[in-house]
Amino acid sequence: MNQWTNFTKGFIKENAVFVLLLGLCPTLAVTSSAINGMGMGLATTFVLVCSNMVVTLVKSFIPDKVRIPAFIVIIASFVTIVELVMQAYVPALFDTLGIFIPLIVVNCLVLGRAEGFASKQSFISSLIDGLGMGLGFTFALTLLGSVREMLGNGSIFDVKFTTGDAILVFILQPGAFIVLGYLIAIINKLRKTA
Amino acid sequence: MAKKVKSSFINMVLTLMIITVVASLALGSVYNLTLEPIAAAKKAARERAIKLVLPAFDSLNSFKVPMPADPELTAGNGDQDSLEFHQAFENGTLVGTAISTFSNQAYDPTQIQIMVGFLPGGIIDSTVVTQQKETPGLGTKMADPKFNGQFAGKNPATFNLYVTKDGGQVDAITASTISSRAVCDALRRAYATFESYKSDGGNE
Repeated sequence: MNQWTNFTKGFIKENAVFVLLLGLCPTLAVTSSAINGMGMGLATTFVLVCSNMVVTLVKSFIPDKVRIPAFIVIIASFVTIVELVMQAYVPALFDTLGIFIPLIVVNCLVLGRAEGFASKQSFISSLIDGLGMGLGFTFALTLLGSVREMLGNGSIFDVKFTTGDAILVFILQPGAFIVLGYLIAIINKLRKTA
Repeated sequence: MAKKVKSSFINMVLTLMIITVVASLALGSVYNLTLEPIAAAKKAARERAIKLVLPAFDSLNSFKVPMPADPELTAGNGDQDSLEFHQAFENGTLVGTAISTFSNQAYDPTQIQIMVGFLPGGIIDSTVVTQQKETPGLGTKMADPKFNGQFAGKNPATFNLYVTKDGGQVDAITASTISSRAVCDALRRAYATFESYKSDGGNE
């Protein structure tokens, strides 16, 4: 497979959030601001790349019937390692992101790529797939977080551009569904016309 | 595509066992490696928080003070019955007391922790939230100056530490009354303990 296509497919064509509709639980929960979305996306990218690499290396030793539990253990281990290492060496970043890190375990995007891609493809392809899908996920979460933060808090990346309060509902859970719905519609329109 | 390994009882058990053993070894070693840096980072964060809530000082005296036996302050605390006091001295004179206080009444079941600095007279110098897991974008605003800043320079003896909805003088965060109440709860706990420590004859 062409590695460039493999890398870029995660951004629009097979975007995890907007097209595959994978990993929506963390997507809806954490995107109350642009920086939260981006942080969650990058942490997920790291876990995705690591788990894709390990899964593709061990795939030929794992009996078919126990592959899902095996993948889950691998993913959960990486998430815990990320959490501990961040807490130890970048406590400032951990303060902002700490609460989202354990959520990565339940992100079906990570398991989906392990099961649907890394367990069938070569090492390099899996690595690039993890990177591309992860960055596409980061892009989607940052976009969603930016829109919600702009409408709901009157700021972007914590830089205020209005005084006073904004439309609070966009920070709350219903706002996540509303914005996600509109973004999916726009992206699908763009995909059809492109 | 890789050839699928046929599943038999033996190889399934073995594979899962090997994977979990390797994973636990990896996690155990990472935990050991990061244990000290995490403790150091927490200590540094606590010292930073003390510096933030008090005037300049050159030495610290830390000790634990039991909370007064008021059911409103002690209900639901589990086995926590004391607060950590950090008395700060500059050239031997007491300049303030930082108290690490907490509340279990927050929206998220995780305890919120607040470092609050009292000047010797009992006036709040400032407060800083050191641990909270509230809803991002809502309860997390408890750490913002807009909410947190309203306590600076107030004396809880005259400033009613309840949100306005409960008849107090604290402006709650929009849509986060529960988080705001938890902050007030933590500050009342700190002030009551501070006062009882004073009346028990401790130097302010």
